[in-house]
Amino acid sequence: MSAPLLQARGLEIRFGGVVAADGVDLDVIEGENLAIIGPNGAGKTTFLNISTGYLKPLAGTVTFLGQDITRLPPRAITRLGIARAFQIPQLFLEQTVMENMMIAAAARSGETSGWRRLLDRPEREEMLRLLDSVGVAAFAERRAHELPEGQRKLVDIALALALKPRLLLMDEPTSGVASSEKMGVMDILVAALAREKVSSVFVEHDMDMVERYAHRVAVWSSGRIQTVGPPAQVLGDPEVRQRVIGI
Amino acid sequence: MQAPAQTSGSGLRLAIVLGLVALAAIVPILLPSWATLITLVAAKGVVVLGVIILLQAGQVSFGHAMYFAVGAYAVAFWGRHMGPGDLILYLLLGSAAATLFGAVIGLFVVRYREIFFGMLNLAFSMVLWSLLEKLYHYTNGADGIRVVRPTIAGIAFQPETFQYALLYVTLVIAVVASYVAQRYLDSPLGHMLRAIKSNETRLEYLGVSARRVLLIGYVLSAFLCGLGGALVAVAQQIATPEFGYWTKSGEFVFIAILGGSSSALGAFAGSAVFEIVRFYAAAKLANTWQLILGVVLIAIIMFAPNGLVGILNRNRRNAEARR
Amino acid sequence: MDSTIFILALLDGVSYAALVFLVSVGLSLIFSVLRIVNVAHGSLYAYGAYVAATLSLAVAPISPWLTFPALLVASVAVGVVVGGVMERFLLRPVYGREDVLQLLITFAVFMIMDNLQRLIWGVQPIFASTPLKLLPNVSVLGVSYTSYQVILLPAVALLTVLGLRYFLRHTLAGAVILAVTEDREAATAIGVDARRVFLVTFMIGASLAALGGALASPTTSLVPGMGADMIVLSFAVAATAGLGQIEGAAVTALMIGIARAFVIYLQPEFEVLVPYLIMVLVLLIRPMGLFGVDKVRKI
Ligand SMILES: Nc1ncnc2c1ncn2[C@@H]1O[C@H](COP(=O)(O)OP(=O)(O)O)[C@@H](O)[C@H]1O
Ligand SMILES: [Mg+2]
Repeated sequence: MSAPLLQARGLEIRFGGVVAADGVDLDVIEGENLAIIGPNGAGKTTFLNISTGYLKPLAGTVTFLGQDITRLPPRAITRLGIARAFQIPQLFLEQTVMENMMIAAAARSGETSGWRRLLDRPEREEMLRLLDSVGVAAFAERRAHELPEGQRKLVDIALALALKPRLLLMDEPTSGVASSEKMGVMDILVAALAREKVSSVFVEHDMDMVERYAHRVAVWSSGRIQTVGPPAQVLGDPEVRQRVIGI
Repeated sequence: MQAPAQTSGSGLRLAIVLGLVALAAIVPILLPSWATLITLVAAKGVVVLGVIILLQAGQVSFGHAMYFAVGAYAVAFWGRHMGPGDLILYLLLGSAAATLFGAVIGLFVVRYREIFFGMLNLAFSMVLWSLLEKLYHYTNGADGIRVVRPTIAGIAFQPETFQYALLYVTLVIAVVASYVAQRYLDSPLGHMLRAIKSNETRLEYLGVSARRVLLIGYVLSAFLCGLGGALVAVAQQIATPEFGYWTKSGEFVFIAILGGSSSALGAFAGSAVFEIVRFYAAAKLANTWQLILGVVLIAIIMFAPNGLVGILNRNRRNAEARR
Repeated sequence: MDSTIFILALLDGVSYAALVFLVSVGLSLIFSVLRIVNVAHGSLYAYGAYVAATLSLAVAPISPWLTFPALLVASVAVGVVVGGVMERFLLRPVYGREDVLQLLITFAVFMIMDNLQRLIWGVQPIFASTPLKLLPNVSVLGVSYTSYQVILLPAVALLTVLGLRYFLRHTLAGAVILAVTEDREAATAIGVDARRVFLVTFMIGASLAALGGALASPTTSLVPGMGADMIVLSFAVAATAGLGQIEGAAVTALMIGIARAFVIYLQPEFEVLVPYLIMVLVLLIRPMGLFGVDKVRKI
């Protein structure tokens, strides 16, 4: 195993009386898919918020590729190579899906000024292929607000992938996606990640998904990490099964 | 403004625009009293274009009359201190002054959104307005500063011909400004500007600085307001503090919504209806024109939320559906 | 500056602050519940003043003391009738539409009210100072001042602060309003009738603006444009305080009122500038206002 890509140390954050991160230490290793599991309100989304600079922790640090990113804003962290897909899809609802994607492409290229029309940029084909790979190419010309929730979720992931990140953080990527399609989506996603050599962290409630796609699992509970380890071992632990999965 | 319309739509749109411009150019030859009126329509349309750009980002400035006033006063101060100048110089001065102002104030206000954005703009504009009103020694206070008729490209016109020359210059500027604004909104920056309205968080998570995007839009809008302000000052031969009062800012937002804030055409359609209603109402119903405009505005919002251009599009769609 | 002028400026500032507070707290209340900036708020202030003056001039010949109830009647009448009509028939149809449309509706109402005001009351200044003259002067640290301005106005403002606090924190209706302010969806989900809350809140806010105008009417001449000036001033106070902050609005009004009064004595031409400069400075340092709180959007 190589050096950690992302490293969180001693993260702490509180909202009023709620402790959402209470000494969180976690490494994300280059090339892995790390699953985060845990009950609602455990602090999983909060961890992603801190790692991407949306929230500033009261204590602790996050380093990415050896650089301290704790105090950087989301846009700076994004430019360093961390992309994020959200629990609640974050799209430009009034624009078409293709326009959404092309904005991401323009942002990635850094060439955000200039006279050329957005839709005349050369990345159009690539973005269409990307949409196709997550199964939403048919919606390319529709405005994002017209899409059903599940499809929005997929576009949201495609937006993150369009940035060609080193690390992709996904917050419940398949919630909202019809259960019959979950497996197909994850298959494609994980294959794409491997092909593009993108590491990933994904929050997931479906233990079948975790077992199938994660290299390691971190178990969250009340702002703390209880266990980290390979899925077979962690999911087999009776205490985890009882307290986190509820069976 | 819409994503580039599909081929048939854009051809039709071009035809409509050309028709309207031709109409605006020809009507005053038959009706001389309309020359200045149409100049004002086109000049204010340029200002409203600036307001529409900010509306694309979901931001309503209740202070943009300040850039309108800056453009007008830049011209007036030049005339007062340096003697009569040329229209081209005036337009450069007015738009450059407003751009500079916009860049400085923009640095502050683009950190804010929605109501705070609107109010900070309002506050800055009220500061400017009170200075114009109170620094009597420099500004003549509420009386304003007269603007002497400039030459145009070095040629001194008689009053009767001047109003036509000014009209045609203004029409050309309006067409060019609309094209530039539309191209800007179709560009990556323009799309990112609209993205601020629907989801600034995602924009930041794409690695884009929303503040920078908004600042560029803001400065462009200040530029357009200043350009329009310089034109209006020349057309009306005066600049007064009232140019920068908050009700004037409200008027520009009003015109944007009246015409339809989703297209450049809307800026001019709104401006035309507004100025013509005001022109006739002020003559015939001097005491109630403001009331009438208020009622019109409410009716538009209630029954035609996409403005006059929206009504036009709806009729066209209905007509196509019948066919 | 000598001490007399100092005290005069202070008293001017306090009495003016009381009026501005009444108007801006109404604006702030409406904003925090309905999420609408009421551009016509200044017009409600002006109508409160004009109706109060008209009523006082009518009742003064019967008994000058009747002018006091006249001020109160005028404010409630304007607040309930004009405010009620505005909310029910103009704003209610546009809830849920784009913010700019809601804002412009109130701008249209401003235009209409401004015009009607000229038609009804003309453009000549109107004076109705009976209530001011009825109450004796008082001496404050050797400076004589009308008790109407230094006692009655601040007392009404203070009562309003306490009254609003009590109403919002200790009555059921107040709790319902707060619930809608906190989380409209959740409140509606547990059966709160948001539409009634909006109507009542708007009437209360409008009445406060009208009350400010009614109480101002004896102290100043009524002229066209008074509403247009007041709305921006009350915006400035409400935004500087932090929208939705009652006590904050009082403190801010006092700060701005006193600063303005001093500038009038020192450098009168910069009077109008003061509130906006304070607002700009405060918002640049604390974007949510002096007493406002920041919220993070959940993603
Ligand atoms: N911005 C915020 N403000 C207040 N409370 C928050 C905020 N973000 C998260 N919380 C609280 O922190 C806890 C953890 O939330 P979250 O990280 O979203 O949990 P999870 O994603 O594991 O379900 C919850 O109790 C939540 O209500
Ligand atoms: Mg979560």
